[in-house]
Amino acid sequence: MELRKSYFADQRKDDLHEIGQPRPRSDSPSHVTGKTAYFADRNFPGMLHLKMVRSPHHHARIRSIDTSEAEKHPGVVKVLTAKDVPHNVYTILILIQIGPEDETVLADSKVRWKGEAVVAMLAETERAAQEAAAKVKVDYEVLPAVFDMEEALKPGAPLVNEYHGQNHYLYDSGECRKVRFGDVDAGFAGADHILEQTYQSSPIEHAPTETTGCIVAPEGNDRFTCYTNTQAMFFTLDNASIILQMPGSKLHFVGGTVGGGFGGKVDVIVEPIAILGAKLTGRPVSFIYSREEEMQISSPRAAEKVVIKDGVMKDGRIVARKVTGYTDAGAYSRHSPYGAQKGAGHYPGPYTIPNVWIDTYCVYTNRTPSSAMRGFGVTIGDFALEVQMDKLARLIGMDPLEFRFINAYRDGDMKAHRQPTEGAALIECMQEASRAANWPVAEKYLSMSSYAKGA
Amino acid sequence: MAKVPVQFTLNGAEKAEFIDSGTTLLNALRDKIGDTSPKGGCHQGTCGACSVIIDGELRLSCLTLAETCNGAAITTTSGLSEGGVLHPLQRAFLDAFATQCGFCTPGMIMAAKVLLDHTPSPSREDVVEALSGNICRCTGYEPIIQAVLTAARSNSQHAA
Ligand code: FES
Ligand code: FES
Repeated sequence: MELRKSYFADQRKDDLHEIGQPRPRSDSPSHVTGKTAYFADRNFPGMLHLKMVRSPHHHARIRSIDTSEAEKHPGVVKVLTAKDVPHNVYTILILIQIGPEDETVLADSKVRWKGEAVVAMLAETERAAQEAAAKVKVDYEVLPAVFDMEEALKPGAPLVNEYHGQNHYLYDSGECRKVRFGDVDAGFAGADHILEQTYQSSPIEHAPTETTGCIVAPEGNDRFTCYTNTQAMFFTLDNASIILQMPGSKLHFVGGTVGGGFGGKVDVIVEPIAILGAKLTGRPVSFIYSREEEMQISSPRAAEKVVIKDGVMKDGRIVARKVTGYTDAGAYSRHSPYGAQKGAGHYPGPYTIPNVWIDTYCVYTNRTPSSAMRGFGVTIGDFALEVQMDKLARLIGMDPLEFRFINAYRDGDMKAHRQPTEGAALIECMQEASRAANWPVAEKYLSMSSYAKGA
Repeated sequence: MAKVPVQFTLNGAEKAEFIDSGTTLLNALRDKIGDTSPKGGCHQGTCGACSVIIDGELRLSCLTLAETCNGAAITTTSGLSEGGVLHPLQRAFLDAFATQCGFCTPGMIMAAKVLLDHTPSPSREDVVEALSGNICRCTGYEPIIQAVLTAARSNSQHAA
């Protein structure tokens, strides 16, 4: 590996002795010997197994729930429904004042997506819990469902989530997160070409090799130890404290090595109900997703739709960009209002565009609630933007890399969301990429710098 | 439920347990015997994380009933290193950066061991084929393939 030290030489000391040197991972020795302790590598005497009764419908009112047969099933110890949960309606981001609380731990009057948890079954064995779950009778009145974001935003669409009152998140800026910079209409009016394209993505499941789960052990002192593979320890602890109406000092969370997360283990899903089960039975409780649940129930990356309209000059400058972004939250917010907001700041990409207009919507549909995954809110946006950049370059007959040099942001440029650019290194990265990939660009681009507009 | 006795050797040590009939070998090893090196990623035979070696053959312990293992010799990744010295495969996985979250690692090492036991100098294609029943969501497989090839080379040097 070659380390090129000419870039930003005045900004750093030349002591990068770690780069290019192999260093052993500190966790590898226990991985290769099978000694790493994952949350499920624990077994407590008398441990109960929790299985969920889940909604078979995308959208339905619950008329009644009959657990009497299930309760009689051999091995069943406890059956939990919404009324057993002290604070049943929650939302994860309430901890940073992003409300309203909009999701039920166990469904009470309605289910809003296929797979939603309705009744929790606690039994001596996994098998008994599974068999008893099948004996729960839920009487549903099926409601019309909506799966498409634009359909959901139309007047008269079925209302997915009453806690919001409409099928989109309400930001302080209104129905969407907005960015306004310059005069986009004037920009389009003066452009040589205009290109509008729509980009769409499907939900993506993280599919970690280790499924989501936790094991909860009641301690003698009225405290509960929760062994979990959450990626968000304190979010989970604080939300569990709210849901269970229990001071955090009663909850002892133990994390550790996560068997693959990729953002899929940041929701607060299994811990509160398992702790409640342990509290009400006085016994250890294991709640571990089956592979099927991991694939069908755990939050995926949101489906997104991005409509990008660009005005471009023959000389390569992008003079106006208008973006409307839609993030499919599914039935509940989880982390999606935040993801959609990130997109609003991100859509100009690493490019300086004088006139920008962005709206991003966080939309509710009757699909599996989506949440975090590796760069959520910007990853699909980057796919759309960079495909758009290639299309724009083709439109004006310019080399796609040179086109990016012309529009690259540089230190001091004001971004559309009013944050001055600092520490940009896009030009230098592209210069190096041009050499490494043997994709030559004109000399003037090789002498450009992120420091200042010149060349 | 009536308990049934099972008896086998695990990494050379004799084990005997009473289990519920129908218990998988994976659950018997993890919950009864306390060897948690085989992992449960799917419990339906699709991920390979639960791979163990039974009488020299690679098996999915989640699809194997413990009561069918009477008299068998079972090997798991926790039994590979001897006297604190890593097995060449373990060494190679460690050196080649072939672990990230580590959840697939014990199963991968089992699959690789059976390959090298039968085919000491495998081709790259042999390695890919041998690992094709084991899912890794972190590494992208390439470091794992390289680790197995490296272990094969170091084995043949030892043998020479
Ligand atoms: S747990 Fe056995 S193959 Fe996945
Ligand atoms: S290292 Fe995470 S699944 Fe392979």
